[in-house]
Amino acid sequence: MATAAPHAHDHGHDDAHPEESWVIKYLWSTDHKIIGLQYLFTGMAMAIIGGYFAYAFRMQLAFPGESVPTYGVVSPAQYNAMVTNHGTIMIFWVAMPVLIAAFGNFLIPLMLGCDDMVFPRINRLSYQIFLLSALVLIASFFVPGGGFGGAWTSYPPLSSEAGYSLTPLGSTIWLLAVALEFVAFLLGGINFITTTMNSRAPGMKYTDIPMVVWMIVLASIIFMASVGPLIAGAIMLLFDQNLGTHFFDPTAGGDPLLWQHLFWFFGHPEVYVVLLPAMGIVAEIITTFARKKLFGYKTVLYTAIATGILSFFVWAHHQFVAGIDPRMANLFTATTVLISIPIAEMCFVYIGTLYGGSIRFTTPMLWALAFIFEFLIGGVTGIFLGASGSDIYFHDTYFVLAHFHYTFFPIAIIGTFAALTYWFPKMFGRHLNESLGKIHFWGTVIPFNMIFIPLFILGVGGQHRRIYSYEHFPELFQPWQQDLRVMATVSLLVMLVFQALFLMNFFYSIFKGKKASKNPYNANTLEWLADSPPAHGNFLHLAEMPVVHRGPYEFNHPDRDEDYWPQWLPPEGVSAAPPADPEPAADPEPADESADQDADQDSDQDSDEESAS
Amino acid sequence: MTASTAARPRPIPRGKRPPLIPSNVLAMVLFTLTELMFFAGLFSAFMVAKGMATDGWPPAGQPRLPVEETAFNTVALLASGVALYIAGRRFSVAPQSAKMPMLVAIGLASFFVAFQGVEWVQLVGEGLVLSTSTHGSFFYVMVGLHALHAIIAIFALYWAYRRLKAETLVKSQLTTVQVFWFFVVGVWPVLYFQIYL
Repeated sequence: MATAAPHAHDHGHDDAHPEESWVIKYLWSTDHKIIGLQYLFTGMAMAIIGGYFAYAFRMQLAFPGESVPTYGVVSPAQYNAMVTNHGTIMIFWVAMPVLIAAFGNFLIPLMLGCDDMVFPRINRLSYQIFLLSALVLIASFFVPGGGFGGAWTSYPPLSSEAGYSLTPLGSTIWLLAVALEFVAFLLGGINFITTTMNSRAPGMKYTDIPMVVWMIVLASIIFMASVGPLIAGAIMLLFDQNLGTHFFDPTAGGDPLLWQHLFWFFGHPEVYVVLLPAMGIVAEIITTFARKKLFGYKTVLYTAIATGILSFFVWAHHQFVAGIDPRMANLFTATTVLISIPIAEMCFVYIGTLYGGSIRFTTPMLWALAFIFEFLIGGVTGIFLGASGSDIYFHDTYFVLAHFHYTFFPIAIIGTFAALTYWFPKMFGRHLNESLGKIHFWGTVIPFNMIFIPLFILGVGGQHRRIYSYEHFPELFQPWQQDLRVMATVSLLVMLVFQALFLMNFFYSIFKGKKASKNPYNANTLEWLADSPPAHGNFLHLAEMPVVHRGPYEFNHPDRDEDYWPQWLPPEGVSAAPPADPEPAADPEPADESADQDADQDSDQDSDEESAS
Repeated sequence: MTASTAARPRPIPRGKRPPLIPSNVLAMVLFTLTELMFFAGLFSAFMVAKGMATDGWPPAGQPRLPVEETAFNTVALLASGVALYIAGRRFSVAPQSAKMPMLVAIGLASFFVAFQGVEWVQLVGEGLVLSTSTHGSFFYVMVGLHALHAIIAIFALYWAYRRLKAETLVKSQLTTVQVFWFFVVGVWPVLYFQIYL
C-alpha cells in the first residue's frame, strides 16, 4: 500500500509555529484539526450516553418492570426523559457535531489546500460553546423533576406547561442547551462557507472541490437558512415556560400548531443537513476504492442543491394528523414525494460510479456500500409516510420510528464509521486494524437490521410510539409482539458489544497501530499531500503551498500510467513550481494571506492568529 | 475511455486570486441571512396569531400602541441608516471625512433605542405587559429582540468609529458593520407596519 515514501523532512517545526503547551495545543487550540478532533471525541462521548439511554429503555420495553442491569427499574418519567434525550443527543450532539463539525473542521482546510479556517478563533469559540451546550444538556438530567420528557420535538403544551411535563427546570435547561448548540453550529457554518469561498488553493475551481466539502458547505447553508425560525420558536417557548406569555396556549390566544410549523421548518431541512455530509463522505470513499472518477460530478452537485431547496417545502408532512388543512396536506405530499427524486438520483450516480470499477472491499468501502443500501431502505419506507393517505395510518407508530432510524442510523453511525475508518490514517498517522474493522462492520450492520426490521412489523401491526409499557394494552401485548420486542432488544445488546470492540480497536490503533504513509490509499485529494497526521499549518512546512491542476477524482486517467492522478501534481512536462512563485518560499504565509486578508491584517478580532506571530 | 477524454490543457494557476467578497463581509452576510430567517419566523408567528384573533386586533380593552411617535422614531432610524451609507461613501474618498456621518448614525441609533425605552415605560404604565395577551407578548418580544440587535449594532458602530479615529479602520470592516446595521434598520419598517399599524 505504501507507495508514497514517508516524507523526509526535519522534525524541527517551522518558525511560525513554536511548540505549544499541552493545554494550548489540545484544549485551547485554534488549529482546525484539533478542533475537529475535539468535536469528534465529544460527539463519541455523547453517543455513548445516547446509546446507554437506548439500552435502558429498550430493556424496559422487552422486559417491562424488571430491573435493568447497571440502571435499575425504569420509571415512566425516566423512560420519557431517556427517549427524549436519546433523540436529542443522537441528532444534535452526535450526528451534527461528528458529521459536520468534526469532519468539516478536519477536512475542509486540508482538502482546500489552505493552512487553517478563515476565522480560527471563531472556530475555537464554536467548539467551546458546543462543549458548554453538551454540559448544560447533561446537567438537565440531574435537576429536581428530572430531565425533559416531552419528546425531542417538544410539542406544546407538553413542553410549555410544567403542569403537563412535570419537569419545569428540565425543559428550560434542555431548551437552553439546544439553543446554545445552534449558536455553536452557526459560528462553525459561517466559517466553513467563508473558508470554502475564499481560501481555496490556487487553481481550484468550483468543480475541483471534493464532493464532501461541497456537501458540508451546502449543509451549512441549509442549516443557517432553516434554523432562524426554530430559534424564534425556542425564544417564544422559553417565554411561555418562564415569563407567563401564551404564544402556544390556545386558551389565551396562542396556537400550539405554530410551534410545530416553526420546529419542522427547521426539523425537516435538518435531515438533509446531516444527510448531505454523509453522502459526500460516501462519494470520496467509493471513488477511491472503486478507482473510478465520480460518475456525474455536476449531477451530484446540482442534485444536492435541488435537495436543499426542496427540503424547505416538505415540513408539514410531519403534521398530517395535527389538524392542518387537507388541501395543504396534498401539496406537502407532492413535495415530499418529489424530494425522493434527487436523493434517488444520487444513489444511482453512486451505483454508476461503482459500475466497472475495480472495487476493493476495505473497511471504509464496506461502510460506504452499507450506507447506500441501508439508506435506500430508509428512503423507500419514507414514501409511505410522505403520502398523507397512508401516513394517517402509520402516524406515530413504530413504522415511523423504524423508518427514521433507517435514515439516521446510516447517516450518523454508518456514515461516521465510513469517514472515521477512511480518514483515520490522516487523523492519527496510524492504521486501524482491518480484520477487527470488518468484524465490527458486520457486527454492527447485521444487528442494526435485526433491531429495526421487527419494529417495522410491530409498527404496521399498530404499535404506538412513546408507550412506557405495553402490559396495559392487551392487543399490543400478544406473545408474538413481545417476542419481536425482545428480538430487537437482544440485537441492540449485540450491536453495543461490537461497539466496544470498535473502541478497543480505535484507541489501540491511535497509539500502537501500523504507521500510515502520507497517501496510503493512493487517493487524489489534497489532504493526502499533507503529513499523517498533518502538522499545525498543514502544508506550511512543504516547499510551497499546494496548487490544484485537476479535479478530485481522476482515477485511471488514460493519459497516465498510474491509476491515480493527484490534484496537486502539475501536468507532465511542467516544473512543479508555479511560475508566479519561482522561489520556494520559506514561509509562504504572508504572500498567501496577503491577497486574502489584507483587508483585516490589523483586525484584532478575526485575522489569522498565526499571521500575527 | 478513449484518448479523446484527454482534456484541453489547463493553464497553470498563477498564485491566489483575491476573494470576490472579503471574508469578514461574507461572514456577516451569512450571519444576516440567519437573522433574516429568524425575523421571518417571528413575523410568520405574529401573522398567524393576528389572523387567528377572533375579537379584533389588538384585542379590545388593551392600550393602543403609539403609532405617530413611533413613526417619528422610524424616520430617525432610517436617517441613521442613510448617515451610515454616506459614511461608507465618504470613507472610500477621504476616510477622515466619514467621522461626522458615523457620529450622526451612532447618535440617531442611540436616540432610537432610548425613545423605544421611554415608550415601553409608558406602555407598561398603561397596563400592557408581556403576559397580558398574545398582542402584548408579540409586541415586547419582537420589538425587544429588535432593540437587542440595535444595541449590539450600536456597539459595533462605536467600535468602527474608534478605529476610524485611530486610522486603523479598513473598508471591509466598515462594510461588515454596514451590512449588520442596514439589516437592523431595514427590518424595522416591516416590524412597524406589521405591529403598530
